[in-house]
This record gives sequence, structure tokens and C-alpha cells, in this order.
Amino acid sequence: MLEALQHNGWTIIGPKVQDGVIVLDEIQSVDDFPIGYSDRQGPARYRLTRRANKAVFGYNVGPQSPKAVLHAARKVIWRGKKNDLKSQETAEPLPHIAFVGIRPCELKAILIQDDVLLRGPYGDAFYAARRKNLFFIVVNCGQAGGTCFCASTNSGPKADSGFDLSATELMGNDDHRFLMQAGSRRGEELLASLPARPVTEEDLKESGALFAHAVETMGRTLDTHGLKELLYQQLENPRWQEVAERCLGCGNCTSVCPTCFCSTVEDWTSLDGSEARRERRWDSCFSVDFSYIHGGSIRQTGMSRYRQWMTHKLAAWQDQFGTLGCVGCGRCITWCPVGIDITEEAAAIRSSAQQKEALDGND
Amino acid sequence: MTPRPFRVKRTYAETDDTFTLELEPERPEEGFAFAAGQFNMLYAYGVGEVPISISGDPLKPLPLIHTTRSVGLVTEALRRLKKGDLIGVRGPFGTSWPVIPARGSDVVIVAGGIGLAPLRPALYHVLRNREDYGQIALLYGTRTPSDMLFTKELEQWRGRFDMDVGITVDRATGSWRGNVGVVTRLISRAPFDPHNTVAMVCGPEIMMRYTVMELTKRGVPESRVFVSMERNMKCGIGLCGHCQFGPSFICKDGPVYPHDVLTPWLRRWEI
Ligand SMILES: Cc1cc2nc3c(=O)[nH]c(=O)nc-3n(C[C@H](O)[C@H](O)[C@H](O)COP(=O)(O)OP(=O)(O)OC[C@H]3O[C@@H](n4cnc5c(N)ncnc54)[C@H](O)[C@@H]3O)c2cc1C
Ligand code: SF4
Ligand code: SF4
Ligand code: FES
Repeated sequence: MLEALQHNGWTIIGPKVQDGVIVLDEIQSVDDFPIGYSDRQGPARYRLTRRANKAVFGYNVGPQSPKAVLHAARKVIWRGKKNDLKSQETAEPLPHIAFVGIRPCELKAILIQDDVLLRGPYGDAFYAARRKNLFFIVVNCGQAGGTCFCASTNSGPKADSGFDLSATELMGNDDHRFLMQAGSRRGEELLASLPARPVTEEDLKESGALFAHAVETMGRTLDTHGLKELLYQQLENPRWQEVAERCLGCGNCTSVCPTCFCSTVEDWTSLDGSEARRERRWDSCFSVDFSYIHGGSIRQTGMSRYRQWMTHKLAAWQDQFGTLGCVGCGRCITWCPVGIDITEEAAAIRSSAQQKEALDGND
Repeated sequence: MTPRPFRVKRTYAETDDTFTLELEPERPEEGFAFAAGQFNMLYAYGVGEVPISISGDPLKPLPLIHTTRSVGLVTEALRRLKKGDLIGVRGPFGTSWPVIPARGSDVVIVAGGIGLAPLRPALYHVLRNREDYGQIALLYGTRTPSDMLFTKELEQWRGRFDMDVGITVDRATGSWRGNVGVVTRLISRAPFDPHNTVAMVCGPEIMMRYTVMELTKRGVPESRVFVSMERNMKCGIGLCGHCQFGPSFICKDGPVYPHDVLTPWLRRWEI
């Protein structure tokens, strides 16, 4: 399959082991995938482990997501000369990229970023250029990680749409095989060119059992019922202060998050001043400067910044784009240096709101 | 996302720290049209880009007119521009003052400091179409008499019999013999029918808060009080996330909002 893609001019990007973590990088051959690896994740904890079998996709998500490719961390958005201010920077499309082995939650995150960056009154030309010419082979999850909660956010463990091909890795009865499903014309064509046999009852039973297992063993859950209203009503809950005391404000959560899209712009000039460029880079609502206006930042306290982050992801996003801004990938929990857990914080706010309601009711 | 090059046609000081730029496009054939209350992202070459409202007349959009207070890096770079210099312009962006829905109503315009600049296009519109509106009042407050913008025009407006102009300063200096006190104090005396009024308010957030309180006290519904909001803006087009205010993006859902939409959020700190 990889060869067929490469033959058709696709550059393949997929999971690969690098410095003790699984990253997304260019894949030359099947051997580049983290075969026989697994990972253990928890709050502020990530460790690669070996597994007993030769599964190709027997792990969950690493710190990087396709965001790093599509919504680059740094990008020159304007370059020009003082004497005419004509832009010399154009939105070049990337080479044709096939993402192989991304997860359902990651695909969902791309669809969410599409809503933000392509569907507004003004699209992001650079994102649009990179978003063209992509091929997605998503790999469904037969096991969930310790910080995963995609079942709560409706973004996994099995992808429904948005892919060209989806694959589920099956190993039952000592028969290592992939259950494939096409999601587009291009996917069908690629599938037709591969050695395949028709799907059996047995295959479907095995994959169904895997998804059920993944849902059951999901490390976290998030109760999304009435979450928007809850958070809007709880903007003054003391829990924000409590979590702010633990939060370092480092912004790891926003940079690993596959949906966070915020950016800022830096200006540069050549030494003689004749040329300048404007460079866009990822920004984080956890920085004090993020909300700076003349006279001082709006969100001075850590409490207000944490609140902005969580209420944006779980509440305001729904008003802005019609979906949650969270796909339950668990990265922000795993990569938070102090292990702050978005699901735990949401649950704490919910329970303290309920307790207060019960108390008020008793008065 | 790419700025259009404009050339400075004229630049002049309004006060010690505030200046007006008149800009002509390098490619006039592309035209330019805006609605009162909209803003542009102005790019000072090599320094940065900031949101600045258009302060000119929507019926005569060119030259493009911007009135800016120098408060920091980029605005100071804009102040130093000379006739003939190039500047990048993206826009116009954002929502506008409700000059069309306000037809048939009294109009009260309340401005604090530099806040008069974004309101001037609305004032041009209602005065040009004077017969479409009921009573018109302009209430304007600045820190000191020397901070007053558009002084010549203010004199002309004061001289008109078909509008009311109230002016006040926080601190009297020099030969000032007018009102002293915050602009909100002018509201209780201004001539308008609270049940048939549209108010447009722009100034520091605290000034807008008290202005809205005074207006509601007189019976103007919050849905008919419009304010222009300010937040950090990097893109102006809904992509960078900086201008978020609760569920809205001020650059595309604002900057001009009916106040009732904002009320639940303005009551909280640090949104
Ligand atoms: C919709 C809108 C319309 C505006 N219209 C006008 C106007 O007509 N006249 C005028 O004088 N000012 C206006 N402002 C305020 C003006 O944008 C700021 O004064 C300006 O950004 C300050 O930039 P600086 O680099 O000089 O200041 P610095 O203090 O050096 O600011 C550094 C950076 O922070 C951001 N920033 C700082 N203050 C503000 C602010 N108040 N609003 C948004 N971003 C800010 C900018 O990105 C700025 O480059 C408007 C603001 C908004 C949001
Ligand atoms: S908020 Fe956390 S769990 Fe949700 S998508 Fe972002 S990184 Fe993943
Ligand atoms: S959570 Fe913060 S960094 Fe992420 S998209 Fe929202 S405002 Fe931007
Ligand atoms: S200024 Fe960038 S989103 Fe509003």
C-alpha cells in the first residue's frame, strides 16, 4: 500500500519512534512504523513500552498532531520591500502528503480546524494551500490510552468519515491483517489495487470487540451533558482559582492540542531596513501578553487564563463553530508538567455546582 | 491577508499625542468602501500592524482617514510617517454603527477621548441624512481641553440648531469655561426620547459601563445601546484567536455590538 502511494507521488507522513516518543515524520517503508511498541500515558506521564506482538499500530497518540504540518508552528506570511510593500510571499501548496496511521481523534481535529480556518468570512490562505492535496489513511483504535476520552467527545475510537481509507488492525487467530474501509473515490481506487479478500463475519466480530474494549478501557471520561451552560454559569467558581495555583502557565497544553489554533505575528527587518517580513507563530492564551492592550493585559491572573482555555475548548467553541473544541486525545493531560486534567477539572466544577445547588435548595 | 499599499497624502496633529492620516491607495482602481464603525489593520513597515477605526466619511471613503493616538510601538511609528511614505492597509473589517436601523429614532452619540474618531463616520451619516432622524445629541468628554479632537468641527456642530452638543472635561485647564466632570453626567440632561432612541457609545471600557448605566436609568433599552469593544487583535479576520470575548470574536462579530449581547460577559472580570 505504501509503495502504491509513493508510486503515485505521495509523501507519506506517519508515526515513528524518535527520542523515546512517537512523533509524526516521513515514512519510507513499513519498518519505519513503531512496530511492536506501545505507550503508557497518564497525567504528566508518557513512556514507550514494548509489546508482546508485532502490532504496527499498537499505541496511542504522541505529542505531535497533524497540526504541526497543516498549521505550521512558524510561517512567514508576508515579505516585502520598503519601497513598494508588495508581498513576495505566496501560499504555496505542500507536496502531496498522505497521512498514514493518524487516529480518528486527529482526523476529527483537522475537520474542526477546517471549520475555524477555512469556513469563516475570511479563510486562512496558507492553511487552505496546505490542506489541499492530502490523503488520509486513518487507523482506528483497538486500545485506548490512559488519558484518552474520545468516546466522550464522539471522535473515536472508530472514524466515521473524513478519511480516504480507514484501517483496523486485527491479530486474532494468529492472523495479522487489516480491516479496510474506503471513504472516498480515491480510497476505493487504492483499495482495489491492493491484495485483499472480502470481509468476513469473523473480522467484523473481532473489530467490534476491539472498539468495545477501547471504549471500556478509556482512561478518562468527560460528561458533556449541558457542559456549555454549566461552564458559562460557573465563571466565578472557586475551582478556577484552585487549578490556577497548580498551573505553571507554560502553554504546553495549547501547543500539543490538535485543535488550538491561536497565533501571533512577529515583525522582522533586514539590517539596512530595506526588506521586512512578518512571521506568524503559534500563540497560547496562557501567556499574559496574549490579551495585552494598551494599559495592561485583560487576563492578568492565571485563574482567568485557565478559565479562558477551558471554557473556550468546552463551551465557547460550541457557540463559535458548533462543536466542542476538544477531541478527547488526552495530550494536554499527558504533556502537562504538573498533570492538570481537563476532565477532572470539568468534573470538579460540575460537582461543586451541583453541591451548591443542593445546598441552596435546602435553605 | 496581504496588506494593500497606501501612500500618506497628508498627516497632521489633532492634539499632542493624536494625529490624523490621509491615505491614498497605490492601486486606486481597486476602490475602497466602508461602513461607519469599521476598522482597518494598519501596517507600519517593519514594526507591526494594529487595528484602527476609520474616522472619515463613508460617502467619501478616499482618501482613507484614520485618527490615532500614539500609545506604543506601532502607533508611534504611524505618527512618524511623512507625506509620501507607504503604509499597508487590510480591511475594512468588523460590524458597523446601526445608522440604518436608527432611522426614525432619536440618536445619542456618547464619546470618550479617542472614542470620537470611530464615531465620526456615524455622525457624518446622520447629519447628512438629517431628516431621517429625530433629535440628535453628541456628548463628548476628554481628560483636559487640550485632548479634544476635531475642535473645528466640534465648533461647527455646536453652531447647528438641529443637534445638541454637550462637551465636558475631567480637568479644566487654561481658559476652559465649559463643563467639568465625566461625560456620563451629561446624559440626564440630554434631549432625547428614551423610548425611541438609538445610542452609540465609544470610549474606555469603564466610561462605556457608566454610560450604559445612565442610559438604561433613563429608560433606553440595552438592545438599543451600541458600544464598540476593544481587545488585542493580530489578524482582524477571525483566525488568530486574540480578540475573543466570551463566545464572540470582536474582530468579526464586533467591534460594534448591541449592549444586551455583552451584558452577561461584561459583568465578569478578565473575560
Ligand atoms: C477595533 C479597534 C479599533 C481601534 N480604533 C482606534 C482608533 O481609531 N484610534 C486609536 O488611536 N486607537 C484605536 N484602537 C486602539 C489601537 O489599536 C491601539 O492603541 C494599538 O494597537 C496600540 O498599538 P501600539 O503598538 O502602539 O501599542 P503597544 O502598547 O506597544 O502595543 C503592543 C501590541 O499590543 C496590541 N495592542 C495594544 N493595545 C491595543 C488595543 N488597545 N487594542 C488592540 N490591540 C492592542 C497591538 O498588537 C500592539 O501592537 C482600536 C482598537 C481596536 C481593537
Ligand atoms: S483539549 Fe486536551 S484532550 Fe482535548 S483535544 Fe486538546 S489536547 Fe486533546
Ligand atoms: S484554548 Fe486558548 S490557545 Fe486554544 S484556541 Fe482557545 S484561546 Fe486559543
Ligand atoms: S483579531 Fe484575530 S481572531 Fe479577531
